[in-house]
Amino acid sequence: MIKRAVILAAVLPLAVALAACAPQPRGTGDLGLVIARATGQVVVVDNSARKPLSTIDGLGDLSHASVVYSRDERYGYVAGRDGGLTKVDLLTGTLVKRVMQAGNSIGLSISQDGRVVAVQNYEPGGVRFFDADSLEPLSEIPTGSKVVGLVDAPDAKFVFSLFDAGEIWLADLHDPRHPVVTKFPHVGRQPYDGLITPDGRYYIAGLFGEDGLVLLDLWHPEQGTRRILDHYAKNDPALPVYKMPHLRGWAQAGDEILVPAIGHHEVLVIDTTTWTEKTRIPVAGQPVFVIARPDHRQVWVNFALPDNGLVQVIDLPSHQVIDTLHPGRAVLHMEFTPKGDQVWVSARDDDKVTIYDTATRQEITEFKVPSPSGVFFTARAHKIGM
Amino acid sequence: MRRLLLLCCLAASPAFAGPDAARQAELEHMVRQDCGSCHGMTLKGGLGSPLLPENMAGKEDAFLATTILDGRPGTAMPPWRGMLSDEDVHWIVDYLKEGRRD
Repeated sequence: MIKRAVILAAVLPLAVALAACAPQPRGTGDLGLVIARATGQVVVVDNSARKPLSTIDGLGDLSHASVVYSRDERYGYVAGRDGGLTKVDLLTGTLVKRVMQAGNSIGLSISQDGRVVAVQNYEPGGVRFFDADSLEPLSEIPTGSKVVGLVDAPDAKFVFSLFDAGEIWLADLHDPRHPVVTKFPHVGRQPYDGLITPDGRYYIAGLFGEDGLVLLDLWHPEQGTRRILDHYAKNDPALPVYKMPHLRGWAQAGDEILVPAIGHHEVLVIDTTTWTEKTRIPVAGQPVFVIARPDHRQVWVNFALPDNGLVQVIDLPSHQVIDTLHPGRAVLHMEFTPKGDQVWVSARDDDKVTIYDTATRQEITEFKVPSPSGVFFTARAHKIGM
Repeated sequence: MRRLLLLCCLAASPAFAGPDAARQAELEHMVRQDCGSCHGMTLKGGLGSPLLPENMAGKEDAFLATTILDGRPGTAMPPWRGMLSDEDVHWIVDYLKEGRRD
């Protein structure tokens, strides 16, 4: 009896002390990652507290980097320019695993069931598939061409485009070790990126080498691809494009999809009931990202050099530019919080991320990140295409 | 006196010796960050071709300068004329051939 009391007396304070040390359980739904491109780091951020939480080192060359999330929103997968694929833990702020899977990669996507991470590569050109838990390689699809516009699609599919070859490929990953590929050749010159509509039905590739976009209806792949907004530039001479636009930040709002024009300082508005051009909106420069606020009432646009210090806000449905903001030098990316109350804007050459209230478009706060590029919130885990 | 002033101006002006130190820093930043958005921040290539010294070797300076100033029609390489002077471009060609200096 005395002995037991002694043991209890010894153990109890230890248990209390351990409980005090243990981190409070928390969710990850308001977390995200910001890429620090020049230092090979990612910064874990909290969009409720509106501040960085921790920094994870050792992710290699992140000069072009993209992030997708596990279904539980705990883990982020980062694909870097050097071909590295890195899995990080947002809860602990640590690097879980890193594999070098190619010489030069550009982005990634995660399967519908969350089990397969697909990485798109420039060198060697192709897509490689990895187990989301272990990052063990599962299979690959060599393409002999730089791969752009990789998205995940319903029914265990991935879709991507080939920049050099001018093709769209649809991969079925029901058996992740044996992908089955359907190819759509001759879609147009130099597809530079792709998007999938939020319902996962339509894949659209933008063309750099021609004025137009390519549409693939994933409910009817047997119908093949079709060109939309063909010759939208109408022989106007193209202006130089100092940074390749991104379609992945697609903006679908009701019956409209807004995309950057190539070589023209305009945002094109596609009518999705007819797949024709509804109108075009003059903006301050060559658009790079054209992103809808989650309620689709506003679309935010950033620009290529030399207008990369600006962000413009387009009102829907009036299609009017209602604001021009100056978030800093070399604005690279914008990310909305899941319900759109805030937007986080990275300014590479001012080493900062600025948070705006989207209703007032006033700055809420800012914080320092060295050479920030992409901002990725965990809500992406539950979006088709990511 | 007037000649002395002129001499001072000449001595202080960097225009005769290529871009000054501040401009060189801007150009290096531009090459690595903005050219780097297609060619990679380490210039190992991306959507654009690699621009490392071994890739530049054997290419004529004039060809490289023309490529930068006028772009490469039919590709994604835009013309940088208007954003870069001839002197800037000569400095960039040397920089690419010699590689990073840090």
